[in-house]
Amino acid sequence: MTTVAPSPAAPGGAAPAASKPRGRGGSTLWRYLVIRFLLIFPTVFILVTMVFVLMRITGDPITIALGGKLPPDQLAERIHHAGFDRPILVQYFEYLGNIFTGNFGTSITDGQPITQILLTHGGATLELAFYALIVAFIVGIPLGQVAAYYRDRWPDAVLRIFAILAYATPVFFAGLLLKLVFAVWLDVLPVAGRASTRTEIQFSTMPHRTGIYLIDAISTGDPEVIGDVLSHAVLPGLALGLLTAGIFLRLVRTNVIGTLSRDYVDAARSRGVREIRLVRKHALKPALIPIITVIGLQIAVLLGGAVLTETTFEWKGLGFELAYYLSKRDFVAVQGIVALLAVIVALTNFIVDIIAALIDPRVRY
Amino acid sequence: MAGFRKLWNRLPVVHQFKQSIGLQRGMLVTGLLITGFFLLIAALAPVISPYRFNQLRDSHGLFGAQTPPGPAHLLGTTSGGYDVLSRVIWGTQTAFMVIIVAIALSFFLGVLLGLLSGYLGGWLDRVLVVIADAVYAFPSLLLAIVAAIVISGGQSSLWGGVLAAAISITAVFIPQYFRVIRAETVRIKSEAFVESAKVIGASTPRIMFRHVLRNSTRTLPLILTLNSSEAILTLAGLGFLGFGIEPTSAAEWGYDLNKAVSDVTSGIWWTSVFPGLAIVLVVLGVTLVGESLNDLADPRLRTRRRAAAQTPADAAAISEPFSEGAEQVL
Repeated sequence: MTTVAPSPAAPGGAAPAASKPRGRGGSTLWRYLVIRFLLIFPTVFILVTMVFVLMRITGDPITIALGGKLPPDQLAERIHHAGFDRPILVQYFEYLGNIFTGNFGTSITDGQPITQILLTHGGATLELAFYALIVAFIVGIPLGQVAAYYRDRWPDAVLRIFAILAYATPVFFAGLLLKLVFAVWLDVLPVAGRASTRTEIQFSTMPHRTGIYLIDAISTGDPEVIGDVLSHAVLPGLALGLLTAGIFLRLVRTNVIGTLSRDYVDAARSRGVREIRLVRKHALKPALIPIITVIGLQIAVLLGGAVLTETTFEWKGLGFELAYYLSKRDFVAVQGIVALLAVIVALTNFIVDIIAALIDPRVRY
Repeated sequence: MAGFRKLWNRLPVVHQFKQSIGLQRGMLVTGLLITGFFLLIAALAPVISPYRFNQLRDSHGLFGAQTPPGPAHLLGTTSGGYDVLSRVIWGTQTAFMVIIVAIALSFFLGVLLGLLSGYLGGWLDRVLVVIADAVYAFPSLLLAIVAAIVISGGQSSLWGGVLAAAISITAVFIPQYFRVIRAETVRIKSEAFVESAKVIGASTPRIMFRHVLRNSTRTLPLILTLNSSEAILTLAGLGFLGFGIEPTSAAEWGYDLNKAVSDVTSGIWWTSVFPGLAIVLVVLGVTLVGESLNDLADPRLRTRRRAAAQTPADAAAISEPFSEGAEQVL
């Protein structure tokens, strides 16, 4: 679905604008930015509404979380206290208002504000996604070029099988395999967690922590701490990154093959530019534009994958917390985290679309 | 006979098989073989499986937990004391059941909505497009989790679990079918044959289902296969997060992998490797089929027979905008 030309956000709105005579280049860009920005609101609105409606069809969250564990009168008392016995519409508008002010609710089981969970654990997920993207870029883009260069010959076949395998392997299974080989059998990397206990303690005494361990480790200036943090990041980063790497590989391959047969590449070829240089320079750049758009969609995949990767490696990020609250049947916390992630995805998609529009002048409404 | 031949050659997979050569045919055949193999296992599970998926003991007593692979248990036993091989075999059945239910549900709803939205247009179309886009941008696993909570509160029986997983996956897929069919419908709606049908006085439902729908299903086999593989992965992901099917009511690979996480740390590999490999192989098989269909449907990616490379048709085909290649990702 990710065509470059009209942004994926509003295929319906693309046609009429394109047929109008264009004004100056700058004004269409501004128009695009404004429309794209305004589109965030219905998207976020639909997502949080959907989460709310779905989560509340089943009844009030307190009965689900604590039903059977508390006597009925205490249960009713807590339901009343939390306001879950009021009309559903009143609750809905309160929920919307709260989200608007950045309040995503408070977990039932341990009374933590969801926003607090985000602040404490969001950095970890961000860090994991960052490592995964690095792996995806380093592995996916060069291999995609190689596959395009050797199109339909054996290196291409091997790489395509690799790409399909990367997609076919669930991140948690890839994680378990990596763990088994490198952490248990070879015993060269840590099994789980984000840092060793010693480093964790050192971090907990730091005055200005960011929650992003790599930055915290660099600010200590201790090479041993940096090494410790990095060694913990290798396996989760690989597990999550290889999934995206496979997608990048396929995308680069397809698009480089597509651009290789275009006129300007033919022109360069007839001037005597070597084939390898065509693949590496001439055909690559236009082939990278779709990747930027796809990264936007990959953010959603990455976050979903992060939930599973974090569970596999006890990486204490948002996904780990989400899995924890799921197992506790604390659906207020789940609702909060999911709604929050939805907002994050909508915002990142906006940023990615803007970057794509700045790079590629064809992306306009 | 000739008529049958003609029909046979036009069937989705058969047609592409005839069209393919070399590496692409190899990929298609490998995919079909792997998928067929697992379908066979799913069908024959009661016959070939040494034990039931929820069997903990036989005439010699309890199986025992985490026994390594050996003659009694070819692939060992899990931490819960089940036979790994039996659970892998029965898990095939669960996986295919979920795929079939999920694809059928999302197919009908997505196609119907896409057709209505694309053909009728207007405010219904706008609203549906915005909703579909919002849902599409949502992390699919999270959506599936929310749907699973709604449907089953997390845990359930075999059919309850299968339905819960299938409906959760459906929620993720409907927007995909919707988008594809809507786009095709919008394109076909303005074709001459639709106009003529209108002039003759055909009713709107008749035009929609006879004229438009019949002609907008070109890309569906491709999405079907790609979605099947995604369905298996989503099911496994749900199971891994503890939203699977209880081990007493069915075997589910993701659930088994969840229980195997702590085994890995102590070097017990057989509880995770085998169910994991099963997932990888099924997804691999189905994806190979889907990928090959995709490549064969796209003239720029189809491996050309040598002499045909320079025909004008090819030249026209390869000069299409390259950015469409991005569509092949998901």
